[in-house]
Amino acid sequence: MIELILPAVVSCIIAFFVVFVMTPPLIKFLEKRNLTVKDVNKKDDVMVVRPGGPSIIVGIIASEIVLYAFLQLNEILAIIITTSIAFVIGYIDDKKVMSGWFKPVALAIAAIPLIAFGAYNSDLAFPLFGTVQIPILYLALIVLIIPITGNTINSIDVLNGVASGFMVIASFSLSICLFIVQNYEIAIVSLPLGFVSLAFYKYHKIPSKIFPGDSGALTFGAMYGAIAIVGGVEILAAVALLPAVINSFLFLSSVKRVTEHRQIKTKPVEHTDDFRLKATDDKTAPVTLVRLILAGGPLSEKQVGFAIFKLAIFSGILAIITAFMMGVSL
Amino acid sequence: MKSALFGFLFGMWILILVGGGIAVTILGPFSISGFDEFDRFIGSVIKAIVAILLVVMWILILSKLKNWIFRKEIKS
Repeated sequence: MIELILPAVVSCIIAFFVVFVMTPPLIKFLEKRNLTVKDVNKKDDVMVVRPGGPSIIVGIIASEIVLYAFLQLNEILAIIITTSIAFVIGYIDDKKVMSGWFKPVALAIAAIPLIAFGAYNSDLAFPLFGTVQIPILYLALIVLIIPITGNTINSIDVLNGVASGFMVIASFSLSICLFIVQNYEIAIVSLPLGFVSLAFYKYHKIPSKIFPGDSGALTFGAMYGAIAIVGGVEILAAVALLPAVINSFLFLSSVKRVTEHRQIKTKPVEHTDDFRLKATDDKTAPVTLVRLILAGGPLSEKQVGFAIFKLAIFSGILAIITAFMMGVSL
Repeated sequence: MKSALFGFLFGMWILILVGGGIAVTILGPFSISGFDEFDRFIGSVIKAIVAILLVVMWILILSKLKNWIFRKEIKS
């Protein structure tokens, strides 16, 4: 445990500062190339650059390579490759809008390195009841988890700072869970995700200077899913991610098909005269987490973001309680 | 509304715990014999089908829970 402190500290510093230092030049580069989109929740025509994925992936790769130099774990290589493939998939989607099915199918392919490196344990651990062995079924589960976590984080990237802020809370909750279940090596491997998210949040928080884009959101989500698999904490990861899962569940159960958010004509959220957000009266519009938060009345973008963060903290606490329950057997 | 969302999160968490209990106590120990070298494969296929049915049930229960908690908001 003591020998893991140095690699943990070094990788976290690298993860944070690579993103912190690299993002401002990336913003300037994207501005020069006019790679901007309108921030639809601002009164004036505010244009924001995207994607921020390149600085996120560089931060992740740099910190994980340092960890690999210390720990020599195949699991780290599997995480790096899976996350990098997810970044490329997101970057393609940033450049050209693909169909709703493109990302889930392509992200399933991104899961293959986890299987190829054997970076998983096919025993699925549940709190209170123990583990269940599903050697064949687990392979299918791996191929499902990466598209689910990737698209779930992508679907919550709707307001300034929400995706990165949510990722800070969820990934640190997951790291704490990994420490509780005494999977120390993977806990340390998971820490850079939280620090990369934290550094990116500095520029993504309201008012955003940069959006992560699909490349950033899928990178966050795929790495989170990969850590859940290699750490054997799939259930804990799902609990920490519940607010984002609710968002995807509400969206899919109201739209009733797999589709891109941009292809939905009716918007779940409108603006008041003072440009606060309010839930739409349109019954055909999809039900989303933001729409439900706004059901009580209009709120500012910042207030909605903090409401989502409170939900993330609540589910993070549930995940930590669940981690403690892993050690209890009925 | 916000308290309803926390309640929905809590409901999902309980469903995960209960689903885990069913998976470990009923699905996990299940085995089949009489098919020689195919015992393990057929057992896994049956487990997979039951797991998928459990997930479908989980989604249906969640959908009912959603309608019950957010009835007013979703209709508005």
